[in-house]
Amino acid sequence: MATERQERTIQEVKDSDPVCDGQAGLKFVHVGADQAVAYITRLRDVQGYTHLVFFTAIDYIEDSIFRLTYMVHNYASRQDLGVQVDIPRQGATMESIHHLWPHAATYQRELKEMFGIDFPGSPGVDDSFILEGWTGIPPMRREFDTKLYSEQTYFPRPGRVTHDTAAYMKEKLYPSEAETW
Amino acid sequence: MKESNMDGLQTTATETEQQLEDMAKEMRLANDGLMEQDKGYFCDVRPHRVEPYKGIMESFANWARSQSLWILGFGTGCGAIELRPLMTSRFDMYRYGIQARPTPRQSCVFIIGGYASVKTLKRIVRSYEQMQGPKFVLGLGSCTVNGGMYWDSYNTINRIDQYIPVDVYIAGCMPRPEALLGGFIKLKQMIREGKCEGMNKYIDDFDWYKANQKQIIHDWNMPDYNW
Repeated sequence: MATERQERTIQEVKDSDPVCDGQAGLKFVHVGADQAVAYITRLRDVQGYTHLVFFTAIDYIEDSIFRLTYMVHNYASRQDLGVQVDIPRQGATMESIHHLWPHAATYQRELKEMFGIDFPGSPGVDDSFILEGWTGIPPMRREFDTKLYSEQTYFPRPGRVTHDTAAYMKEKLYPSEAETW
Repeated sequence: MKESNMDGLQTTATETEQQLEDMAKEMRLANDGLMEQDKGYFCDVRPHRVEPYKGIMESFANWARSQSLWILGFGTGCGAIELRPLMTSRFDMYRYGIQARPTPRQSCVFIIGGYASVKTLKRIVRSYEQMQGPKFVLGLGSCTVNGGMYWDSYNTINRIDQYIPVDVYIAGCMPRPEALLGGFIKLKQMIREGKCEGMNKYIDDFDWYKANQKQIIHDWNMPDYNW
């Protein structure tokens, strides 16, 4: 994944630079982990991307990476820019950006709890966010088997039946329409 | 001879005292989750059964209870959205003697509004135990029955009846306010028939309920029974 895209350095990226196109008003750019915070600082201070919309992670377990996405917004040009950063899954650590936007600390605290990505120096990053007293592996990691965990932990009531939606609808409700699905 | 007899008697007396003390200690709640300096603030006495009155007195009391159901205004899940239209003029729950109260101490009906995450369950247990008896629980929505659409989630429980006793379930996702009123009428009927003994059931199976609760609530930093 990382090799397919050309990683950019701070000097290379300009306002007019055609980064990876999304929909209108939304673009993505791929940055190396060591350059990322400097790049985002430049976006905020020089290029007018003053608003951190969200900050999230995706688990690409096949490539052994977490892809962090910093979504920033420019009010003047009404442009969203997603800064994507790949970090290795093993011992995942990333530089904190709470000094740029204080509310980033909350996102980082959530990522620590849900993915196990550490952000050293971020305020309260080790406090529990939603899961109180969670001891297992972070639940949003894809090796975590949610269904198995639920069955072992929360007394499932026997007798649950799951229907194949299309087949069930075909049989019960709309016999003619179901064939077109 | 005399002396040895006296010794024997004394030993037996001490042993009996010791046994009684041990029994009393066993009957006390451990309150392990509390910090040592906080233990004095909380009661460690186990809850005890409240037996119903005899005959016509209980019938009268049950009739009175069924006419005045005060619900705890604690929306534990998305199902709480169905309680709002219930208050307004279209459905008007007040004509059935139902009204919402802001604190557990004043209310007798607890509506579990849909899914309950582990974090919420801790608050549910606390609120339920603080409510004064007789108290009743309505399970609103499929999630309280078998987890509903969140049945395989890492953070939502499947069956609320494993953690607190439930009197009436209202199935659906979401049930409409009419169904909720139907549930209330069913609850009233059951109260009049004297079938809503959930509070005593909770006390009888107290250890089982506590074990289930503690199995999933890992950071247990509250007393074992919340008065």
